[in-house]
Amino acid sequence: MKRIVIVGAGPAGIAAAAALAPSTAEITLIDEASRPGGQIHRTPAPGLALDMRRLLADGHTAYEKFHATIASLHNRIQFQPETLAWNIHGGEAHLATATSLASIRYDTLILATGATDRVMPVPGWTLPGVFTLGAAQVLLKSQGCLLGDNVVFCGSSPLLYLAALQYLRIGGRVAAVIDSTRFTAKLRALPGLAAAPGLLAKGISYMTHLQRAGVPIIHGARVASINGRDRVETLTYRTVGGVHHHIVCDAVAYGHGLRSETQLAELAGSTLRYDPVFRQYVPAIDASGRAGYAIYLAGDGCRIGGAEAAVLSGSIVGQAVATDLDLKTPGTTAPRKLRRLYRFQRAMATAFAWPQEAAGTLADDLIVCRCENVTAGDIRQSLHLPIGVTELNRVKAATRCGMGRCQGRVCGLAAAELTASIRGRANAPLDRLRMQPPVKPLPIALAGSET
Amino acid sequence: MIHIEADVAIVGGGLIGCATAYYLRKRGRSVVLLERGFVGAQSSGVNFGSLRLQGHHLPELPLALRSQTLWEGLEAELGESVEFAQQGHVHVAMSEDHVDITRRFAAAAHPLGLSVTLLDRQETLRRWPFLTPDVQGASWSARDAVANPRLATPAFARAALGLGAAIHEETEVTEISHSAGCFTLRTATRLTVTASNLVNTAGVWGGAIARRFNEPVPIFPAGPVEIITEPVTAFAAPVMHVVDGSILFRQTNRGNILFAGHPRITVDADSRRTRVPPAKMVTNMARLATLVPHLRHLHVIRTWTGIEGYVPDMTPIVGGSETTPGLFHGFACSGHGLQVGPALATILTELIVDGGTQTPIAALSIGRFQKQVPPDPASLRQEFHDDVLQQKPTT
Repeated sequence: MKRIVIVGAGPAGIAAAAALAPSTAEITLIDEASRPGGQIHRTPAPGLALDMRRLLADGHTAYEKFHATIASLHNRIQFQPETLAWNIHGGEAHLATATSLASIRYDTLILATGATDRVMPVPGWTLPGVFTLGAAQVLLKSQGCLLGDNVVFCGSSPLLYLAALQYLRIGGRVAAVIDSTRFTAKLRALPGLAAAPGLLAKGISYMTHLQRAGVPIIHGARVASINGRDRVETLTYRTVGGVHHHIVCDAVAYGHGLRSETQLAELAGSTLRYDPVFRQYVPAIDASGRAGYAIYLAGDGCRIGGAEAAVLSGSIVGQAVATDLDLKTPGTTAPRKLRRLYRFQRAMATAFAWPQEAAGTLADDLIVCRCENVTAGDIRQSLHLPIGVTELNRVKAATRCGMGRCQGRVCGLAAAELTASIRGRANAPLDRLRMQPPVKPLPIALAGSET
Repeated sequence: MIHIEADVAIVGGGLIGCATAYYLRKRGRSVVLLERGFVGAQSSGVNFGSLRLQGHHLPELPLALRSQTLWEGLEAELGESVEFAQQGHVHVAMSEDHVDITRRFAAAAHPLGLSVTLLDRQETLRRWPFLTPDVQGASWSARDAVANPRLATPAFARAALGLGAAIHEETEVTEISHSAGCFTLRTATRLTVTASNLVNTAGVWGGAIARRFNEPVPIFPAGPVEIITEPVTAFAAPVMHVVDGSILFRQTNRGNILFAGHPRITVDADSRRTRVPPAKMVTNMARLATLVPHLRHLHVIRTWTGIEGYVPDMTPIVGGSETTPGLFHGFACSGHGLQVGPALATILTELIVDGGTQTPIAALSIGRFQKQVPPDPASLRQEFHDDVLQQKPTT
């Protein structure tokens, strides 16, 4: 019997599993969380009575449908929760749980590893009380926790409005939403956004709801600094006209859209290609998600497309696997809608711009790599050395930038932008930090516990 | 086309190449160094950082001692920190056999000028109480040291540049010809170089240059397994090294625990990108937790390896070519190039400038492979994984 291993139990991974469920293949689904859902359909911790219908509102239908799909797959797939896939090597996925290590051989590997926040450093971003937008949502959905009593949502991301609105729904207070992309840029993106009119309408309704609730929404303003002695006390933003405003707040949720989590795909041997719109290297795939021999990719982990696109790409990958392994499964998914959704997300990247130009202006004393306390000045200085430091991996060797616990997952893209701007190559493909295992920290205590 | 003429052309911008460029400039020779990638980006930059004298192959010990003297003055010489720290190395004996090895080495090293202190089990545990109570004893060499390999080679390159050496990164040599006492090097860029001396410091890839001049060597690639944890509060100053090399570790300036252990693994010299296999990583994690039980609470955050050039007698190839006047070799350092590198570069400089060196180097000659009986492969089993030894030598 063929064994299919799927990493990631979010919308893409589950859709791939559902597409393959009618076949005879053995399907193993691996996820770090204790329950399936990924980031978008994350469930409350056991014992926590959180009103998900109220929290998710119009998103609740998709949430219910997703968890119904999982319930229907319950007896069909082997689900390994609380399991980290820390390496792919020699036709095996290498796994770690809280108590043991294991490896699982696969005939086919489907990676649906999702995305995390993309962050441009700003003065004060390492203060306690500053979270990424994604972290704010994780805390809310899984623990029912608010970041603070008076929270600013800022940066540039479609998640800004959704995350702020979810705060309001659950009784939180939103001090302001500060969106660094100008409203005119959003208007310019409209033709592309029209590729998915339903999603566009949703986004507009989030803004309207926030405005009606009296939340100040500031467009085209940059966060100048997040201030406080021991933790967040105020936030300063600068409007287009150069005027500085100060807001009192006790927490900040911050982000600039999403970045694909490509580490496992890189370790599995897929080819990475530079995407000039998202300004990130992503694994090369064909129209059905094939990324090399026996390797398939779906969802935001290879193309930022959002939850709806993740489901479609997961189904398409599932069907491609079925075809390639000669498995009998019903159903076909038209790739046309998926292409439209990707077009929409590329337009979103314009409507919510990653502030690449800010990288060049980061102050010398600003920390870029928070694991290793490497500042923008350290990076500049290394690149101004007469020899030996000419690209990002050499910057890492000279400064330790990207050498810490997160291995550049947080600072890598900002460091790449800064490096490119110093080298005067901001319009060329950026450099990329090369990946080495493990993808996340691996406890030494697990060695000797192999099962 | 750009054409450069120099007294000496160096191929390979690792530690030995960059250091040779530096020492040659100090002696007034004009130098051009060509590096396919970036200086110090291959095995010179990704090794353990060990500057170990203890346990050194005895015939090489005079060379190693000369190199240690250079390391001791290197930061002052180059004007940059290379995180040199002379905190000593401890060889930890886990069996009576290991104790014997430390005793024999201490006795043999003493007349050559290296002082090694033998410690019994009780004293070992008194000094380093974090070690497993299973230790049987240790030996201690205060002159052993560490440096940060990421910093050392670029520091040499910058110092050489400061003295007027021409260093070209991202410049791959595609063809070397030799006629009328002159070497001509063509590259993949628009650059050509002519020089009356050629220095081959191309690491494992140096085998191809030697072959080009009809002196093939039985060189093969292999890599160390380097694993590093998150940073923690300082607790261990010296390098701790189990006598058989099965596990060794040090704490970096930043606080990370860097650990490694034999046998060495197969690496891909053609792609120049290579990774540590998970099984090997897990084996070494378990060995570390056995040696220092409290480290089991740490997390591994990264692993890496490098592409090193080895020959079966585990001895570098250093000296003049035996086929081609004006050609000099300094490669195949067999896993300990960082420590001996500065001395090898000095010797290459002396050979080129003075026509000879005071340091005995007959045992390092490239001609030895014509005469020598190759060592019994069984003697290398502790050093390499079986699949490394099963590779066909790249001669």
